Amino acid sequence: MNHRHHNGGCGDACCLKVSDLSVRIGTDQILEHVDLHMHCGQMVALIGPNGAGKSTLIKSILGQQTYEGKITFSTPGHPNQRLRIGYVPQSPAFDRADPVTVQDLFVSCISRRPAFLPVPRRLRQKILDCLKNVRGENLIDKRIGALSGGELQRVLLALALEPMPNLLILDEPLSGVDVEGMALLMDMLSEIRHKFDLSILMITHDFTMLAQYVDQVVLLDRTVLRRGAPAEVLDSEEFLQAFHLGGGQA
Amino acid sequence: MNIWYALWDWLPFDWVTLNFMKNALLAVCVMAPLFGILSTNIVTGRMSFFSDALGHSAFTGIAIGILCGFAAPIWCAVLLAVVFALLFTWVRARTQQSADTVIGVFSSTAVALGIFIATLGGGSFTKFNQYLIGDILSVTPAEIGLLALVLLAVLALWVLFSSRILLTTIHPQLAASRGISIRRSEMLFTTVIAVVVTLAISWVGLLVINSLLVLPAAASRNIAKNMRQYVLFSVLGALVCSIAGLFVSYEIGCSTGATISLLLAVWFAVTSLFRSARQ
Repeated sequence: MNHRHHNGGCGDACCLKVSDLSVRIGTDQILEHVDLHMHCGQMVALIGPNGAGKSTLIKSILGQQTYEGKITFSTPGHPNQRLRIGYVPQSPAFDRADPVTVQDLFVSCISRRPAFLPVPRRLRQKILDCLKNVRGENLIDKRIGALSGGELQRVLLALALEPMPNLLILDEPLSGVDVEGMALLMDMLSEIRHKFDLSILMITHDFTMLAQYVDQVVLLDRTVLRRGAPAEVLDSEEFLQAFHLGGGQA
Repeated sequence: MNIWYALWDWLPFDWVTLNFMKNALLAVCVMAPLFGILSTNIVTGRMSFFSDALGHSAFTGIAIGILCGFAAPIWCAVLLAVVFALLFTWVRARTQQSADTVIGVFSSTAVALGIFIATLGGGSFTKFNQYLIGDILSVTPAEIGLLALVLLAVLALWVLFSSRILLTTIHPQLAASRGISIRRSEMLFTTVIAVVVTLAISWVGLLVINSLLVLPAAASRNIAKNMRQYVLFSVLGALVCSIAGLFVSYEIGCSTGATISLLLAVWFAVTSLFRSARQ
């Protein structure tokens, strides 16, 4: 099912399509006629200046924002399959003083069991297996407030992969992560998408990693200004103008 | 109750001859775990100011209840506190104002309305003192039964919903992405706090009730390493300080609610020192 390099239509491929999506909040038009198309196994970076509507687009895909337009997901033979999304939120500011461990966080997310009760061995093993996907078994008893930026992102990534999604959405996964942690995280994401054939959509403000890891870059500023291979978008007039980098007519 | 009374008769203390002290002891043993449990979520959810405001709305409810001539104005207070809690949750989700501003508006309005109603027509405020200071020694066996029922209901809700409430308080967006209705969790949680705070106000007192909702968990998180220890130490801290507070206040003759709060404050200071030493 891995068809990152699928070049034809979508008849024999699984894909996520966002068609003509618009969002208005009060009198503000946040998004207008946005189209997005990605296949399983693809990694797509969503970039744009602050206030471009990136988070709103993600909220729409997550079903947390009302919108006009269509979001469809299909697999071969199943044109309207239910999309299972794994979500890694923007670096959350957990209170360092809260005695909530990684295990407590997992128990709250993947079971209905109260986190203050003893954890059965089978559930603990399941949590360790999830953490193994991100090489984070040693983090299980650490407090979430004491994790480094990179460790926290890995834990949230492991959480987003249980249950295994079709689409993984990451909201600025590289912010607050040091250079070493960034490379580790991006390597991990590459490995995960190959291993599980899932699509990855990530908002990022860090453009240095794009060329090496990402298949497609979508430049958003209320609508899609440009999409394509990383080099194509990062060298475009639209990119320079959107980020006021001295290009365009200036 | 007779079994409970008989249980203490062998002890060589004055108070074992006083049934109201044994009632009060049973009442604090039921109330303390309630406060210990709720406290962990109030502190983690940064809602201590909110629970304080709920106490104020309860006062307004009591004032309305007395004005309307109800025999048990506390039920009017429960109703108003629940309405207040739900309205607050609804407004907070729709306003651009910060949570503490919204709480401040609700709280001050509730107190002003309560005092306005209480003093309407030149009425005396004295009859409200019992709600401000609280009197655990006046608790009756029937009221203890009611508290026990509330404790059981809270425990049942806690087992069913605590994971969802925890996730909603530590990261609402993550909770929403996992299909948890944030609004429903918040409303359930605030309603439970409203009922518990209001019912306990006659015995603990409006002025000190918030310390019981904040200090047990605030102290516990200074020493706890995980959620299990967090809840355990919070419940134990509340229980030990409540029982000790009851007997200390009996011996020196002062308000039980205030003594329990002071002991909890001392417990918080001790755990803070422990935490500083550990770091």
